[in-house]
Amino acid sequence: MKKYSIFALIKNAYTYHENWQKAWRDPEPKKEYDAIIIGGGGHGLATAFYLAKKHSMKNIAVVEKGWIGGGNTGRNTTIIRSNYLWDASAGLYDHALKIWEGLSQELNYNVMFSQRGVMNLAHNLQDVRDLKRRTHANRLNGIDAVWLNTNEVKKFCPIINTSPNIRYPVLGGTLQRRAGTARHDAVAWGYARGADAMGVDIIQNCEVKGIRRNGDRVEGIETTKGFIKTKKIGVVAAGHSSIIANMVDLKLPLESKPLQALVSEPVKPIIDTVVMSNAVHAYVSQSDKGELVIGAGTDAYISYTQRGSHDVVEGTLKAILELYPIFSRMKMLRQWGGIVDICPDASPIISKTHIKGLYFNCGWGTGGFKATPGSGDLFAHTIANDEPHKLNADFNINRFVSGDLVDEHGAAAVAH
Amino acid sequence: MFLINCPYCGERDQSEFSAGGEAHIERPKQPTELSDDQWAEFLFMRKNIKGIQYERWNHTHGCRKWFNMVRDTSNDKIHAVYKMGEKPPVK
Repeated sequence: MKKYSIFALIKNAYTYHENWQKAWRDPEPKKEYDAIIIGGGGHGLATAFYLAKKHSMKNIAVVEKGWIGGGNTGRNTTIIRSNYLWDASAGLYDHALKIWEGLSQELNYNVMFSQRGVMNLAHNLQDVRDLKRRTHANRLNGIDAVWLNTNEVKKFCPIINTSPNIRYPVLGGTLQRRAGTARHDAVAWGYARGADAMGVDIIQNCEVKGIRRNGDRVEGIETTKGFIKTKKIGVVAAGHSSIIANMVDLKLPLESKPLQALVSEPVKPIIDTVVMSNAVHAYVSQSDKGELVIGAGTDAYISYTQRGSHDVVEGTLKAILELYPIFSRMKMLRQWGGIVDICPDASPIISKTHIKGLYFNCGWGTGGFKATPGSGDLFAHTIANDEPHKLNADFNINRFVSGDLVDEHGAAAVAH
Repeated sequence: MFLINCPYCGERDQSEFSAGGEAHIERPKQPTELSDDQWAEFLFMRKNIKGIQYERWNHTHGCRKWFNMVRDTSNDKIHAVYKMGEKPPVK
């Protein structure tokens, strides 16, 4: 892999940038791999990257049905934060945030990680109590969090309408300054390039059709490019996790639903942070191109259509307009949906299964992007050692049997 | 986004309805005799089908009655609507 640097940029300028090395190869699958990752999104590529980097497994393949980063990695609203309530979640998401802080250097790829802060608004007395409690919990876990009153919210983000006369007045909010955004495509591409440089085969347009088993262990995968032998399979298929699980008659506690996002026409810088509001379900930030990036909610029904309903978008935009009257004449340019796999407790599964050599990393629901580096790191550890890392031990599949749930529904700063 | 033909009220916009998830999951007849695994199966584990799914819906902003529906989750096409207690149509 040729290193990206200012000198490489100057050198390539002389040849009109036509001779850049390809960021990753396009290999045909080998007959056998030590481990295969199903799903070439951010989490899957990060898993392969850390398997190669930290666990010296070099004979790895990532198989992807479409193109890398074409699923939820390229469809989310790029928010990164770690201000979760429970200890298990705080450990998991802050582990990821710490990796984010050095990720561009680690990958030699600019993921445009911008710690512009994430603010969560409170609109009623219960919100205030919950968010204050979460602020305290965060600080006990070593995560930066502060409570802002209404005036401080207004000072931090002046375009918010803090009038007491609106339907859901702003009574305050929390702020995590280390939180922010990153360029989502760059995350997939950076991990793909890094993994490829260490010998990982990234096989695109290769759909998994079945998993071959011998008794209680896996033997390999049937794909549209033929059978590939392996002893370890890591499934990181997001919304399609249940479909892979059904191939081995495994049932997961997941429901897949469309989650929508939309962007506006680009405008000059107007909002230099990320503002989320759970109660009215609206969150907004501004991309480097100047578009407002708006996250809407999930549809309430199972669907794999990558579209979503109009009433969900309408509800979000109503809330946005009340909070930011300045946006009333903005035009929305694009809208899309991604299929998110939601667990009953709104926490992910990073776990072994009862089938030997089969591992699942799923259930990230509406907030997986922020965890990409941590998820990959911990899942790689789980696959390489056949044992979970202590940070993901609580996120096993068996918690739905034991009842030891990580119940972040409503408790987190997340909008569900 | 789609229209649902409520068996009691007729065709209405989907936003009037609430989804109740997978249908025909029977509550165990002897709950006290269930193992943890069986409870987990009943409470949490779902087929989460991509394709033809049998599911429950409620007309929340209408008659507020529950009914069943057969829908293709890969394209949101509705194949059948039937009342609670009625036999599900065969594929």
